[in-house]
Amino acid sequence: MSKQVEFRVALREALDEALAEDESVVVFGEDVAEAGGVFAVTTGLFAKYGSARIFDTPISELAMTGAAFGAAISGMRPVLEIMFGDFLALSMDSLINQASKFWFLTGERQSVPLTIRSVVGAGGRFGAIHSQMPISWLTGIPGLKIVAPSTPAAAKVLLRAAIADPNPVIVFEHKRLYTKKGALDTPAPAGIGQATIAREGSDITLVSAMKGVDDSLQAAEALAAEGISAEVIDLQTIRPLDKETILASLAKTNRITVVEEGPRTGGWAGEVLAVAVEEGLDQIDDASRIATADTPIPYSPPLEDDFLPGPARIAAHVLARASRSL
Amino acid sequence: MSLKAATDIELTLELYRRMLVIRGVEDRIQALFLKGEVFGTTHLYSGQEAVAVGFASALEEGDRVACTYRGHGHMLALGLQPQALIAELLGRSTGVNGGRAGSMNMVDLDHGHVGCYGIVGGSIAAATGVALALRGSGKIAVAYFGDGTTNQAYFFECLNFAKVFELPLLFVCENNGYGEYTPMAAVTAGEIVARAQAMEIPTLIVDGMDVQATRAAALEVAATIRAGAGPVFVEARTYRFVGHSRSDPGRYRPEGELDTWRARDPLALAAAWLREQGEERRVSETEAAVEAELTAAESAALGAPFPEPREFSEFKA
Repeated sequence: MSKQVEFRVALREALDEALAEDESVVVFGEDVAEAGGVFAVTTGLFAKYGSARIFDTPISELAMTGAAFGAAISGMRPVLEIMFGDFLALSMDSLINQASKFWFLTGERQSVPLTIRSVVGAGGRFGAIHSQMPISWLTGIPGLKIVAPSTPAAAKVLLRAAIADPNPVIVFEHKRLYTKKGALDTPAPAGIGQATIAREGSDITLVSAMKGVDDSLQAAEALAAEGISAEVIDLQTIRPLDKETILASLAKTNRITVVEEGPRTGGWAGEVLAVAVEEGLDQIDDASRIATADTPIPYSPPLEDDFLPGPARIAAHVLARASRSL
Repeated sequence: MSLKAATDIELTLELYRRMLVIRGVEDRIQALFLKGEVFGTTHLYSGQEAVAVGFASALEEGDRVACTYRGHGHMLALGLQPQALIAELLGRSTGVNGGRAGSMNMVDLDHGHVGCYGIVGGSIAAATGVALALRGSGKIAVAYFGDGTTNQAYFFECLNFAKVFELPLLFVCENNGYGEYTPMAAVTAGEIVARAQAMEIPTLIVDGMDVQATRAAALEVAATIRAGAGPVFVEARTYRFVGHSRSDPGRYRPEGELDTWRARDPLALAAAWLREQGEERRVSETEAAVEAELTAAESAALGAPFPEPREFSEFKA
């Protein structure tokens, strides 16, 4: 059996390899260097590469993100850590009005090889403003790619791909995946924009990302006991969506449920369903989504647990839809 | 022309010529705007020419500049051909960004210009990152911004960031007295340079209407920064002779204020100095030459085609 590696270690390996291979790669953010990052992703890299390649910044998201953009158009390949995705609210101008526009404005002449890593997701009892899923803040930004890996293997591949990409990529890391272990030689997307099939099935397609993939796989196991064969698609990249994989699965199962940790209104689950409706309407017997409520994220454990779409809710949802529409 | 070997007269004549280009382009853009040839909005630089020209004259190959949505003057001062700027504002395919950018969003990489930024403070952020990449190279980044920017979070965060990492960054605050329509003093606590001084960034206040003064200041501070001394902050005291943007007649100005500043028009000051040196003839020749150049540039820009609509690729690279 291959070596089992933690999700955070897979990310560290990706950073380590990128730093070793390319002198223009620099890593910076709050507490990433000497302290090794609050979620211990960058541990040991400062000792290996020194302050010219990995350094701590002030708590100063506007300056950090602006600096990452400016450096990216001047020969560097910055990898910026925004400690919690919620803090991206402060990074928005550089991200949206600068980094995502420059390639277009320069007539596709000057690329912006910028990677932003950020911790997201609920379930850690961090409350309303350290638990959000800011993906839907950013899905409407042309020029920005968004990756959201679910396994250590995918995390490593996609972070490498993000750093190698000539234009801005945000890598969202779910805080409840950091200690997840997996072999790095398990199937992973070949690059940005490619979904993977986490489990094959024939009766319904479950589409999810990040922690939601594990929940969907558990739900699929429960559904199998009920005689329902669920296929689980792991999106891996939220923008651009891998339409082909979604539509091919839909053509097989004729039923799709999208599982999104994130507010229902304006979320990417709606975008996946729009793809299904626009390009696969004649294949659809049923289409639905499970997302989090349109409320802020509560703190207290029973409240937060109830807020999240876990395996039980996913399985119950699928069973209810099945009995209604089969 | 090379400015390094020039005599004071040759030098000032060249700086005067560059300011004439800016003023002449801005006057034409205003007229074209009123005729409906320039779309959206414009923010003209007239009155502030001595800042862009003086500072640009101290820059070298490899230095890089970020400016604001009031950026026409900076781009021309760096060497952008007037025709490419006018054509961009006319939305033509021959514009510096092929019509994609327009007045507030232009970029001219060929002349070290890394963008006009339409969000107040954006130029500082971009230049901070450029300076991070230039650290140790002997090259410098320049951030132009207005007095209004000094109340943005970008300003405080990037000054601190640049100082902490001793970045080769020249902050040029063009204090024209107004943030859009509001007087600077009404919305700004304390003095501008005091904010930089609190972070132990060296500061300098310069007469932004005197191109010889801005050039001298720029040479001095650029040399300091090139030598590795970290960021320097310059406040250039200047004035815009026009409103904030297209529809603004500037009625918020106290009576007589504009006239007081117009008496110190940077172009008139430079021309007067040259005439004192007995260069009346060359001043007139320069003015005529710029006029002819800009007439030709405007005509060529107006004659250029609009870009063909096509699908833009979102992610190609």
